[in-house]
Amino acid sequence: MTTVERSPYRVIGTRPIRHDGLDKVTGRARYANDVNIPGHLTARLLRSPHTHARILSIDTSRAEALAGVHAVVTAADMPELSALLREQTEGSLVNLGLLSRNLLAREKAMYRGHAVAAVAADNASIADAALALIDIKYEVLPPILDALEAMKPGAPIVIDELRTNVNSTFRGGGLRAPDEEASHSNVATTFTMEIGDIANGFELADIILERDYHTSAAHQGYIEPQSATAFWSSDGLLTIWTSTQGPFAIRDQTALMLKLPAGQVKVIPAEIGGGFGAKLNVTIEPIVARLSQKCGKPVKMTISRTEVFESMGPASPAYVHLKMGVTNEGRITAADARLIFEAGAVPGSPVAGAANCMYTPYEIPNARVEGIDVVVNKPKTLSYRAPGAPSGAFAVEQMIDEFCEQLSMDPIEFRLKNAAQPGSRRVNGVANANMDFEKTLDVARATEHWQSPLNGEYRGRGVAAGFWGNATGPASSIAGLLPGGRFAYIEGSADIGGTRTTSAMQFAEAMGILAEDVRPSVADTDSIGFTSNTGGSSVTFKQGWAAFEAAKDMTSKLTERAARMWKVEPDRVAYEFGAVTSLDDPAKKLTIAEIAARQNGTGGPIIAHATVVPGGVAGGFAVHIVDVEVDPETGKVDVLRYTAVQDAGTAIHPGYVEGQMQGAVAQGVGWALNEEYVYDKDGRMENASFLDYRMPTSLDLPLIDAVIVESPNPGHPFGVRGVGEAAFVPPLAAVANAVSHALGVRMLSLPMNPRRLLEVLTEMAST
Amino acid sequence: MPVVFVPAILRALIFVDRVDVDCATVGEIIDELEGRFPGVAAILVVDDDMAPGIAVSINDQVSQMGLMEPVPVDAEVHFLPAISGG
Repeated sequence: MTTVERSPYRVIGTRPIRHDGLDKVTGRARYANDVNIPGHLTARLLRSPHTHARILSIDTSRAEALAGVHAVVTAADMPELSALLREQTEGSLVNLGLLSRNLLAREKAMYRGHAVAAVAADNASIADAALALIDIKYEVLPPILDALEAMKPGAPIVIDELRTNVNSTFRGGGLRAPDEEASHSNVATTFTMEIGDIANGFELADIILERDYHTSAAHQGYIEPQSATAFWSSDGLLTIWTSTQGPFAIRDQTALMLKLPAGQVKVIPAEIGGGFGAKLNVTIEPIVARLSQKCGKPVKMTISRTEVFESMGPASPAYVHLKMGVTNEGRITAADARLIFEAGAVPGSPVAGAANCMYTPYEIPNARVEGIDVVVNKPKTLSYRAPGAPSGAFAVEQMIDEFCEQLSMDPIEFRLKNAAQPGSRRVNGVANANMDFEKTLDVARATEHWQSPLNGEYRGRGVAAGFWGNATGPASSIAGLLPGGRFAYIEGSADIGGTRTTSAMQFAEAMGILAEDVRPSVADTDSIGFTSNTGGSSVTFKQGWAAFEAAKDMTSKLTERAARMWKVEPDRVAYEFGAVTSLDDPAKKLTIAEIAARQNGTGGPIIAHATVVPGGVAGGFAVHIVDVEVDPETGKVDVLRYTAVQDAGTAIHPGYVEGQMQGAVAQGVGWALNEEYVYDKDGRMENASFLDYRMPTSLDLPLIDAVIVESPNPGHPFGVRGVGEAAFVPPLAAVANAVSHALGVRMLSLPMNPRRLLEVLTEMAST
Repeated sequence: MPVVFVPAILRALIFVDRVDVDCATVGEIIDELEGRFPGVAAILVVDDDMAPGIAVSINDQVSQMGLMEPVPVDAEVHFLPAISGG
């Protein structure tokens, strides 16, 4: 069901068949593993069997001597990059020195599965045999596997020279310089944000609650493992084919890690089988490139699902200590939170994302949040849709639910009463501008789902809200007039969710033509201007801006060409809906197809382009309602009904928006009810397969009702807001609230799997 | 004139919550702050660009142009953690 107020558009808001759909459902789409350069070698990684160990020596001579082995690479073969905090200059979120040590261990193996060497061989069997011939001497060290334990005095130190960065905004963390004092700590970064007077705020409260919450690690669930092929041409150009959300990030990071000029690297993004934030930065590309450089042959690496689980990090586990106060009338007076996020072995958890979003839907005049990033001996955690925000919402939205129970207040009414208004300040100090939370709540309240009763034992209904800020960045596009009057539309954004079609639709709308008359494609990094990552729910916004500007350029060039053909001034012709008309003789018209047929003879190919760095981003709110039933004998939770309401701006392709919302719900339900990384005491992951790491399938979920609230963003020519991440913020809390109501026991920890619920049910039965 | 909201990372150098600055770009603001509170530039700027991990928000919009970002006369300027999406 789609709620629209008015549609002034001809293309936007329709549901054309996606341009990449046929290839994807027939198996013709080419993913990174489908790249087969003649003569390519197969690469494999040797991984540490130890959870924490100093690397004393690596002897690759026996492996190199094996017939069929063409190259072996360790950290010694990679340029050493500074990991000193004060020497980080590139990128805004990544410490390249630490990232390169994560790709290939240098001084230490910091988690079980940490790559320590790489082999390129004629085939996988030889590569695997070669791995067994690499001799590594380790000094095994005690591991630390939990953030709270890692913060205790005397805990094993993961990174010896880690500098605790106090009040820092640099997520990547780093090492201390020789003249700086050692921290001897696993705390990489801390910061505090505060507004108002916390103490006074709690003085004003009639009810104060204080709780500890915990969210588990969760796999992003991309079906396609990381895969990359690298090949050096004889003139020194490095070409990389890879599965990535950010071809330009891969280009720039690979160049930095191999100390190459960025112009010497070209990245060709393949079709991508999911990313969700885990494929924003380099993972295996620099290693594959170095192997190829060493042996002079193309090299391809595709990692296994077990390797994905054991080395490509999940969403951060998080501890949230939250204290909030409300009046008897249901007004929030104060909120104070301490967020402890596990970064894995390398700093960089999304604790700041949680801090920035958790309170944002509400007007809280006195608020504080302390964020702490902690390293442990596990794979470096990676982004996962609205990174950090779901964990923050898990706490805030559940505590609000408890306040509503105590006050006997409707949970949507409570949220309406406290909804942030334009002009109110967030905890980071920014004044709210464009806020449509109330509208989203109103729509949720009016749904048939919310209005209908839920009856039955062990059944419960939960509601939760969430916010994500959305992002923007540089985006580039090129449009070319094709014979027949169609357009090639080329963009720089990797397509992980259908954005080539939404870009094509926005171009078509601006041109007044059909979406089917636009042929979109994603270019490599040599063929298009810099375009920032496909992440942060930025692409439909920024690439749509580029499409709009490219269309303006194209219509201008079409009018110029028609004017030349008619030998008049350009201001005597006008373009509209696929044709150019003479203003002096309205019967005189040239269609795009007619211009296209004569373009080479009238001045050459007609090409338009645009590069934008657009502002005007607007965040998005989501409100989710879910009904569950708990089986008292097994502890299994059935999701009976789910409604996701979201302020999505203008829905360019409503089917895509609904898909983003429904997919987010599926992922959120899985995280809430079952997903976690299970480690034994030695740091070995015990459920490193999709058989044991159980994600929901279509059989586990009801049809998800996606309700789109269209509040156009005034900062975009078509009113676009990002949609992919706001949808992922509420599900953890919504399901927890529902299960809590079903059982009458508050669920403060994830996942709420059958084993844990049976423990709760057993304890309930005994009291 | 624009007002800078002082973030926690600058509190050791700037002892007030807000600072009025009569400047037209982010770069000019940082130069002004450096003149009045030495040491600020070393925290906010690296190699003639915003330091890693720091985003500048003009009112509620994250700047895309770094030091060159124009600042309207009635703007609020916030230095915030750069946030990554997924």
